[in-house]
Amino acid sequence: MAILRAESGSLLETRDVVFIALFAAIVASLAAFPPITLPLAGVPITAQTLGVMLAGGVIGAVRGGLAIVLFLLLVAIGLPLLPGGRGGFGVFLGPTGGFLIGWIGAAFAIGYMTEWLWDRLNFVLAFTICILGGVIVLYAIGVPWVAFVAKIPLWTALTGSLSFIPGDIVKALIAAGVIMTVKRSYPIIQPRTQADSAGRPGGPE
Amino acid sequence: MLTDLYVFGDSPLHRIRPGVKILALVLVCTLLFILEGWPMVSLGGALVALCFALSGLRLRHVVAALRPALWILLVIFLVQTYLTDILFASFVVFRFAVLILAATVVTATTRTSEMVDGILAGLRFAPSWVPKNQIALGVSLCLRFIPLVLSVFQDVRQAQRARGLDRNMIALLVPLVVRTLKTADEVAQAIHARSFD
Repeated sequence: MAILRAESGSLLETRDVVFIALFAAIVASLAAFPPITLPLAGVPITAQTLGVMLAGGVIGAVRGGLAIVLFLLLVAIGLPLLPGGRGGFGVFLGPTGGFLIGWIGAAFAIGYMTEWLWDRLNFVLAFTICILGGVIVLYAIGVPWVAFVAKIPLWTALTGSLSFIPGDIVKALIAAGVIMTVKRSYPIIQPRTQADSAGRPGGPE
Repeated sequence: MLTDLYVFGDSPLHRIRPGVKILALVLVCTLLFILEGWPMVSLGGALVALCFALSGLRLRHVVAALRPALWILLVIFLVQTYLTDILFASFVVFRFAVLILAATVVTATTRTSEMVDGILAGLRFAPSWVPKNQIALGVSLCLRFIPLVLSVFQDVRQAQRARGLDRNMIALLVPLVVRTLKTADEVAQAIHARSFD
C-alpha cells in the first residue's frame, strides 16, 4: 500500500477508495433493513442514519464522510436508495434535504472524534460521539435548512424535529455497540494522535 | 433493487444531454429562491407542467414524487397558516411541489447510466487536482457492491435467524460490517495486484 501512495501522490490510496465504495454500499443496503418500531413513541425508525454513524465510527472521518458523499451522489443520479425507494434530485430539494447533506458532516464529525479518542474508546464514549455527531451536528445543518426553505422560525423547526430524538438515541446505542465490536475484531481506523507523530503503520516510512 | 427511477420514453426531454438538464434544474431552483413570489413560482409551475406533458409522464408520477414529502408539507402548511396566513402557506408548499416535480422530470427522463457517463465525461474537464480515476473507481465499485452487500446481508440474516438473533440489530450489523471490510481488503489487494494505479 505504501508504494501505491508514493506513486499516485494522492490523498487516498486504492484501499481507501474501496472502503469508501463498500461503506456507501452498506449505507445503501441499510434502506432494505427491517425498520425497528419504538415501543414507546411508535415512530418507525429506519436504519440508514445508523449507517451514517457507522461510516464515521468504523472507517474514520475522511473516508466515512466521502462514503456518504458517494452514497448521496448515487441517490442524486436517480437510484432509489433511500427508504421507501426514494431517490433523484427531488429528495434534496424537499424540506428535509438539509438532513441528507448533514449526513456528510455527521459522518465526518463522528469519524474525527473516534480517531481522536481511539485508544481510550469505550461504549459510553462511542455513544456520546454518535450523539454529538449524529444528533448535534446533523440537526445543526438540517434544522436551519428546514427553517430557511420552509420559511418557518428556527425554534419551530427545532421543536418539530425533536420527535426524532428518541429514535436517534436508539440508533446511537446500536451504532456504539457495533463500533466497539468492530474495533475489537477488525479495526480499520488508525488513531489520529499516533498518525500525526509517528506516521501510519503501513504508510510510507 | 438496482432499478433506477427512469421512466421509459422517447421525448425531446429524454434526448437532452444529462449535464444540460442538471444545469437547467439548478438554474430553475436558484431562480425560485432568488425571485421569491407568486409570479416566479407560477412560471416555474407552468414550466414543470409543460415538461411533464412533453415527456409523457402521467399523473401517477406526480403522485409518486410528492407522496413521500406529503406529511411534512402538510405540517409546514399548518405551521405557516398559524404563523402568517393561508396565502403565504400555500406559496411555500407550492414552491416545494414545483421544486420536487422539477427534479422528478430530470430523474425520470435520464437513465442512471447516462448520468454516470455524464459524470465521467464531465471529469475530463475537471482541474488536475481532482482524483478523476479514484472517483470513477469509487462510483463503479459502489454500483457493483450494493448487490453484493445485500446478498451478504441475506446470508447473515439467515444465519442469525437460525440462532434466534435475527431481530438483534448488533448481531446483524457486526458480521455484515466485518465481512464487508474483509471483502474490501481483498478487493483492494486484487486491484493492487493488477496495477490499477
